Amino acid sequence: MPKRTDIHKILIIGSGPIVISQACEFDYSGTQACKVLKSEGFEVILLNSNPATIMTDPLIADKTYIEPITPEIVERIIERERPDAILPTLGGQTALNVTVQAAEAGTFDKYNVKVIGANIKAIKKAEDRELFKKAMQKIGLDLPRSGKAHTLKEAFEVVEKIGVPVIIRPSFTLGGTGGGVAYNIEEFKELAKTGLESSMISQILIEESVIGWKEFELEVMRDTRDNVVIICSIENFDPMGVHTGDSITVAPAQTLTDKEYQKMRDAAIACIREIGVETGGSNIQFAVNPDNGRMVVIEMNPRVSRSSALASKATGFPIAKIAAKLAVGYTLDEIPNDITKETPACFEPTIDYCVVKIPRFTFEKFPEADTTLTVSMKSVGEAMAIGRTFKEALQKGLRSLEIGVDGLADLKHEVSESKLIEKLRTPNAERIFYIKHALKNGLDIDEIYKHTQIDRWFLHNIKEIVELEQKIIEVGNNKKLSSELLLKAKQFGFSDKQLAKILKTEEEVIRKLRTKFGIKAVYKLVDTCGAEFEAYTPYYYSTYEKENESCN
Amino acid sequence: MKAKLVLEDGTIWEGSCFGATGESYGEIVFNTSMAGYQEILTDPSYKGQIVAMTYPLIGNYGINSEDVESRKPFVEGFIVKEYSRIASNWRSQKSLDEYLKENNIIGIEGIDTRALTKHIRLKGAMRAVISTKDLNEDSLIKKAKESPGLIGKDLVKDVTSKKLQVWNEKGKYKVIVLDCGVKFNILRELANNDCKVTFLPAKTDAKTILGLKPDGLLLSNGPGDPEGVPYVVETVKELLGKLPIFGICLGQQMLGLALGGKTYKLKFGHHGANHPVKDLKTGKIYITVQNHGFCVDMDSLKKEDIEITHVNLNDNTLEGFKHKKFPVFCVQFHPEASPGPHDAQYLFGEFVNLMQKTKAKS
Repeated sequence: MPKRTDIHKILIIGSGPIVISQACEFDYSGTQACKVLKSEGFEVILLNSNPATIMTDPLIADKTYIEPITPEIVERIIERERPDAILPTLGGQTALNVTVQAAEAGTFDKYNVKVIGANIKAIKKAEDRELFKKAMQKIGLDLPRSGKAHTLKEAFEVVEKIGVPVIIRPSFTLGGTGGGVAYNIEEFKELAKTGLESSMISQILIEESVIGWKEFELEVMRDTRDNVVIICSIENFDPMGVHTGDSITVAPAQTLTDKEYQKMRDAAIACIREIGVETGGSNIQFAVNPDNGRMVVIEMNPRVSRSSALASKATGFPIAKIAAKLAVGYTLDEIPNDITKETPACFEPTIDYCVVKIPRFTFEKFPEADTTLTVSMKSVGEAMAIGRTFKEALQKGLRSLEIGVDGLADLKHEVSESKLIEKLRTPNAERIFYIKHALKNGLDIDEIYKHTQIDRWFLHNIKEIVELEQKIIEVGNNKKLSSELLLKAKQFGFSDKQLAKILKTEEEVIRKLRTKFGIKAVYKLVDTCGAEFEAYTPYYYSTYEKENESCN
Repeated sequence: MKAKLVLEDGTIWEGSCFGATGESYGEIVFNTSMAGYQEILTDPSYKGQIVAMTYPLIGNYGINSEDVESRKPFVEGFIVKEYSRIASNWRSQKSLDEYLKENNIIGIEGIDTRALTKHIRLKGAMRAVISTKDLNEDSLIKKAKESPGLIGKDLVKDVTSKKLQVWNEKGKYKVIVLDCGVKFNILRELANNDCKVTFLPAKTDAKTILGLKPDGLLLSNGPGDPEGVPYVVETVKELLGKLPIFGICLGQQMLGLALGGKTYKLKFGHHGANHPVKDLKTGKIYITVQNHGFCVDMDSLKKEDIEITHVNLNDNTLEGFKHKKFPVFCVQFHPEASPGPHDAQYLFGEFVNLMQKTKAKS
């Protein structure tokens, strides 16, 4: 199906101020959408209250309104500009919420504006937990047991049936604010109260706790001809209970067999179809019981999300750009894959590296803040790293955080055994370093797993980093460091500076040694296809391998 | 332990061994599936091939007894970037390393599999040898060059079942599977669609097949060159028009030959789980699983008899056709998935419909 000819002028809603859970990723997606739609000949009107964004630069949209993102302003812009359509799925939760409010105020009917991407019904079905639950039950997908409440009294009735621990999730909020996990009735009362207050419609969902289960996400795209593809799978290092925005996440999924992955893929496809997101990207989250594989659907974002920005960079597949094209009528097979040029965008990217995203916190700036990680997001940014192995990507990611570590560093302070266990049990920003400390102090993987529920695969990989570091320490001196060991260290993601510290020498010394041994970084392509096709407009990541793909 | 992979064009790839030790040869191909190594190892279509995985981290979830596609692994060797020393999954029963050892298959890790993949993409799939006992490069290059390769070889005889076997005795439709190296999931899918599945050795003749009075015939996937199994093509020729036939992968290629078409070898084949295939009738696109090195030449088929039904959107090669008069259809991809997406599973239902319709007519 070619481009729609019934629409000419499109209103795009941005995501407003930068807040926790809604940052520059929506500027990235909105900017991509504006550019694409303009190049397709549409007149693009943009509403965003935040002038400190790329998308509000004068050349990005045809007309830009820097005004509060409210239903009243949306109506006034529509009255003045008379767009044919509104595209609400690229401006995060803010854009979705204001679109729902404007629709309920009758604005779109009054001015005959089409909602493209996801329609109002689909948005509501995905966002309203009760509607979502019904929809998932209808297609036979398993969910955590749950109930909703509008008052504190209702909340207590629900929790009586499910029992603690439970998760409280307010409907229609930003980044899960006001939500939390209650391990006992006192905590429950507190969280239910704040949850009800922070929900735009005074509604909370009380849910069976799947804390400690494995958490996965799939990025899904659908076109008007009902073609559906999965762009990327993501596995969370931190199990359920930590907001995805605060979790270390890894792409692709590492610990699912194909049978389990395909079951999840089938569920995701059924989900996007049932919710009715007509075109564009959605993000669907799943929890898997690590002991028996029971898989439950957690939630769906019927829009481009933080994870889609990550998935785009992780795979080379520009989700927001393609989503914008799908919204105006193109089908996936009509859009070329920018990177390979000769193959269409209707495929599922395959990657031949490992991507690790690590959240960046700034608790040092907020000494009063509770540093425990929960289902409400607290991180203010993230670093994404690509490596040929998880170990390499993890260490690259850690040093990219700019928190003064060169990789998987040692803790800078002494830790008592009880404190260590506490820090393993309760998710926190430094947990990865405490895991290292635990391994160095002889805790085995099963014991660390018992405290953290972090999959043993991840723990084992961290252990391999720790063991290699021990081996290098035993060598003790850079003069005794062999070429094989140094290469292995580089392949495990150790930086020269990090190695210098371990061997009590200078970075320059390690660098020289490396040059002497002929060990140098090579650059490999991100090409969406695992090298199956030639890539034309790709980007690179560094690693230590045989072949260098960049020109010298 | 050190291990070497040497290609017939003289390129040397050094890594370390996991799984079994020894020496082995085959055609080197790459597979782009990110999961599903157990299904890949046990797919009989890989007989005669050494498989390199483009995804670098393999072995993560171990091996279980359920996810097998045949009685044993058939790959001649297995090449990965990093073999996982831990198997983490609730269904895992053993490590990939143990499994390969038990089945005497050599694995090599530490290879720059991306560079290897690019090499195969540019130079084509070629003969290769892997060894842990002979690390002399000249000797290995010679062995690679002298290895038999796939062209014209009958590899089906090494993988086909020795005797008649039946799955799902109570099924309503009697389907004969001519086993050229059938994947179990084809049998499972047929059973799920209420078929009684009888699979027979590839050499079974047409008369024996018809004697069993089946409702339909499934021509299975299998290894190597379709021209290496002229006896199956002859059987298929005799059966055309006599009963509903559904061909998968090698099955399509043998049908192509039986209908007077030609097959050719692809440069490096299709081995992965992300190939977009368009159904020309509906315009719908299915993400399909593929594993083939040979392909039917679209232009060699007689237009008056054959309707092209599916094409590959990556390279426009033939992915499916049907006969205009006979109840015969086939696809080059794998509707049984395993590993890979279930998008094309509906084709088993179509086969059942075809058998039903044919039955109603007679």
